[in-house]
Amino acid sequence: MLVKIKRTLLDPVFNNNPITFQVLGICSALAVTSKLETAIVMSIAVIFVVSFSNLSVSLIRDYIPTSIRIIVEMTIIASFVIIADQLIKAFFFEISKQLSVYVGLIITNCIILGRAEAFALKNPPLQSFIDGIGNGIGYTLILIVLAFFRELFGAGKLLGYTILPLNTEGGWFIPNGLLLLPASAFFLIGFIIWIIRTFKKEQVEED
Amino acid sequence: MLEQYLSLFIKSIFIENMALALFLGMCTFLAVSKKVETAVGLGVAVVIVQTITIPVNNLIYTNILKEGALSWAGLPDIDLTFLGLITYIGVIAAIVQILEMVLDKHFPKLYNALGIFLPLITVNCAILGGSLFMVERDYNFPQSIVYGLGSGIGWALAIIGLAGIREKMKYSNVPKGLRGLGITFIVAGLMAVAFMLFSGIQL
Repeated sequence: MLVKIKRTLLDPVFNNNPITFQVLGICSALAVTSKLETAIVMSIAVIFVVSFSNLSVSLIRDYIPTSIRIIVEMTIIASFVIIADQLIKAFFFEISKQLSVYVGLIITNCIILGRAEAFALKNPPLQSFIDGIGNGIGYTLILIVLAFFRELFGAGKLLGYTILPLNTEGGWFIPNGLLLLPASAFFLIGFIIWIIRTFKKEQVEED
Repeated sequence: MLEQYLSLFIKSIFIENMALALFLGMCTFLAVSKKVETAVGLGVAVVIVQTITIPVNNLIYTNILKEGALSWAGLPDIDLTFLGLITYIGVIAAIVQILEMVLDKHFPKLYNALGIFLPLITVNCAILGGSLFMVERDYNFPQSIVYGLGSGIGWALAIIGLAGIREKMKYSNVPKGLRGLGITFIVAGLMAVAFMLFSGIQL
């Protein structure tokens, strides 16, 4: 039992990562990672929504008619996203301005609907909850790595504190402005996938 | 007057391209861009749905959800904006479903061509994102029609472009670990850099 829980939790983090392997939830991964702070808030919101929507879908999985299941799942997900959105607006107002529409877009983040469809509809509540947390952490991991590199080398800062003093402010570090632009996130994810697949040969696609 | 709509139209296609400048609808953008043919089908479907849902959501927002919008019903103090998200996604899901049935009945050829892409559009963030941007920027009804059409066309343009590049890429020797998904990300990144060219345009 414990082994199984551990596997459900860790599998989506490394082997079956939602972003680099399942290609889910890319939109927000690109848009919110120019700063570490926004990435962390976004990750917490996603972990919250994916775990609780998985739990709720799993609890009522035997009562959902298959023909309208997507609408039922969307309603559940949208309700949790509204809770998360209102909480962020109440406690982190500045960050909620920076995240703009991307908190609302968690609804259409395919990780969440994908997990509800692929896992929560077939598995008991506890396992679904843990699967949700695992996928949330897998998503967080990539988001934090992206935000770390983009903020550190793009602006010389981490969480707003100066780490590498910029040459414009009398320091020595010449920032790479490209990293602050959204396009750089594409390149970084591309390279992360390359690194992962160099070590995990079974993920390489042949075509 | 007309100028204003034209500049909004151009802006939503090129400068604020849904896929390459705002990163919306990425999942489908990367997953369904292997062939130009399917990319065209999906692109057309997105344009249709986007042009219908954004104006409809605009009407709902201005007449029901906005703060003080219910004053016509004698309830001027009610602010329902927090219900926005769940309403928009409901409207989108419903319109996609209706569109599917209408197309199936009256345009079976188009329906077969679009195939599974229509239901997939419900979870395409470009559609919900379009509605949310419409609310955030406070567009009025005619503006929202133009914005819906323009942003849909912009997204379609981007996915068709990416599909074209990916078809040509069959002839290139891509490093092993980058094959498939990895190189697609890098191509999309290069396209995004190219689209930044438009960002300097003032309209």
